[in-house]
Amino acid sequence: MLTILFDGVAYGMLLFVLACGLSVTLGLMNFVNLAHGAFAMAGGYVTVVLLNRYNVPFLLALPVAFVATAALGLVLERTLYVRLYGRSHLDQVLFSIGLVFMAVAAVDYAFGSQQQFVRMPSFLQGRVEIAGVGVGIYRSFIILICGVLVIALQLALSRTRFGSQLRAAVDDQRVARGLGIEVNRIFAATFAVGSGLAGLGGALGAEILGLDPTFPLKFMIYFLIVVTVGGTSSITGPFLASLMLGIADVAGKYYVPAFGAFVIYTFMITVLIFRPQGLFARAR
Amino acid sequence: MRDRAEALILRRARWRPAEYVFWLLAFAALVLFPDRHLILNEIAILALFAVSLDLILGYAGLVSLGHAAFFGFGAYAAGLLAKHAVAEPVIGLVAAGAGAALLGFATSFLVLRGTDLTRLMVTLGVALILGEIANQAAWLTGGADGLQGVAMDPIIGVFEFDLFGRTAYAYSLVTLFLLFVAARRLVNSPLGLSLTAIRDNPLRAAAVGVPVNPRLVAVYTVSAAYAGIAGALLAQTTQFVSLDVLDFHRSADVLLVLVIGGAGYLYGGIVGAVLFRLVQDLLAGLTPQYWHFWIGLILVVLVLMGRERMTSGVAALARAGVDRLRPGAGRATKELRP
Repeated sequence: MLTILFDGVAYGMLLFVLACGLSVTLGLMNFVNLAHGAFAMAGGYVTVVLLNRYNVPFLLALPVAFVATAALGLVLERTLYVRLYGRSHLDQVLFSIGLVFMAVAAVDYAFGSQQQFVRMPSFLQGRVEIAGVGVGIYRSFIILICGVLVIALQLALSRTRFGSQLRAAVDDQRVARGLGIEVNRIFAATFAVGSGLAGLGGALGAEILGLDPTFPLKFMIYFLIVVTVGGTSSITGPFLASLMLGIADVAGKYYVPAFGAFVIYTFMITVLIFRPQGLFARAR
Repeated sequence: MRDRAEALILRRARWRPAEYVFWLLAFAALVLFPDRHLILNEIAILALFAVSLDLILGYAGLVSLGHAAFFGFGAYAAGLLAKHAVAEPVIGLVAAGAGAALLGFATSFLVLRGTDLTRLMVTLGVALILGEIANQAAWLTGGADGLQGVAMDPIIGVFEFDLFGRTAYAYSLVTLFLLFVAARRLVNSPLGLSLTAIRDNPLRAAAVGVPVNPRLVAVYTVSAAYAGIAGALLAQTTQFVSLDVLDFHRSADVLLVLVIGGAGYLYGGIVGAVLFRLVQDLLAGLTPQYWHFWIGLILVVLVLMGRERMTSGVAALARAGVDRLRPGAGRATKELRP
């Protein structure tokens, strides 16, 4: 029971790291980016290649995955995404679906359609018993890293100058522009960091979530659930939503394997009907 | 004033020569391309599916990322009906359409609320739930193996399905034509005009007395029925249903079809279906496993270029083609068109 809760928390934390970038881009520029999972996949594959082909240590591969994906995000944002900010949601959806299709096919071409396995270093493998509860070492490692990231993000948003500019831009973009905040530059930076975090999440999650070319399609709905249930106006909303989703998904798969998926989708639709702005957001 | 408005609406609804030519060609394909009936059948089904999406997207402005829900529902309904009860296709078609309409009616209330994003998620969610049901209820649907053992009787007891898809194409084309004519009447009726008003500005539409929500529910239900019939056609003509009919790819592909052909004038779905299948065939011939890469690239380029420009380009091409067909009209058209 507690093991399930523990696994659920680890899973939820992972989902948060994967999805928080999406929640910021959606909140800031009102941009529906269905291709967010493609960045996560990119991070995952960078790690796999570094680990299995070049024998880079796992702990070093993680920051590399973050930087590589962030760079990819920045390039795509400056060249392609930036042209679509003012466009209709339909255009944005079509564009990002196109990107997903391309990413899926390209990865399939380069690496084949099979599952990729990450060779974990030995000190992250295995389980230990703490007070009768079986705790996976790797999952504790994930909780640790993601916990640090959550705190760091929260501090960056609430304490730094960049964070307050970002919050101002999310709250009211036009006024923020009027006050001389360079919303475009903030958005580029945020997009890069969000993509980087997704890449890091993909790298961390390759072991737990699995990694194959259909990753962006498989997890798209999870990211969207986190964002819509959590709302886009803060970081705590998506965080709580991720934890709930993670625990519900793990518990659902364990106790009622046949109905696990229904629980999540039904929950999402119900939330959307009664609170279209998200569970934890104020209505605007 | 009333007379003028009426005349305007009637003129909009009048059949143009190009349309006669278009449908004559579609029916002539029965004789002209005897060895292409299988792919033509697929095109007709895809076209019907796209027309159904056009009704809600092009006319009512509702975005959907899960239109495959109704397509798949219709396919399974027709397949199961043929397997367990009645194997006559037309009855199956009507039943599948009615079932999908019920489903559309029930889920239409979910898309009334919220923004585009909420709609995208809700429609996607509904399609995913249906896909999951079809996957889990393997005792009924065959799960991942697909629904096998569907055998159809001859259509209305006379026309037997053949191996080369000749009957199948004729059947799908007649269905497409009849439903298209109905849809054409619908969008040119006051109901259809009120839908475009809602699409352009829901607030103003409500202010001039259009009952916004009931109209959206109505068109969503009709569109679901169309999609269900398209799915039923696929199930009946291929005599097989797999989980693929509810897949996300299908919802995305039909969006692409409509985007290629252009939304909001009904023919877009058909033109798009033809182009889409031709492109798909070409790409699948070049790189069999990875053709979705090129589809993705087309989507990205289309959006970056601007969808409207592409659509108006196709429309202009079509007009030019028709003008050339009309005897002696080649010179005068430039001055006639405003």
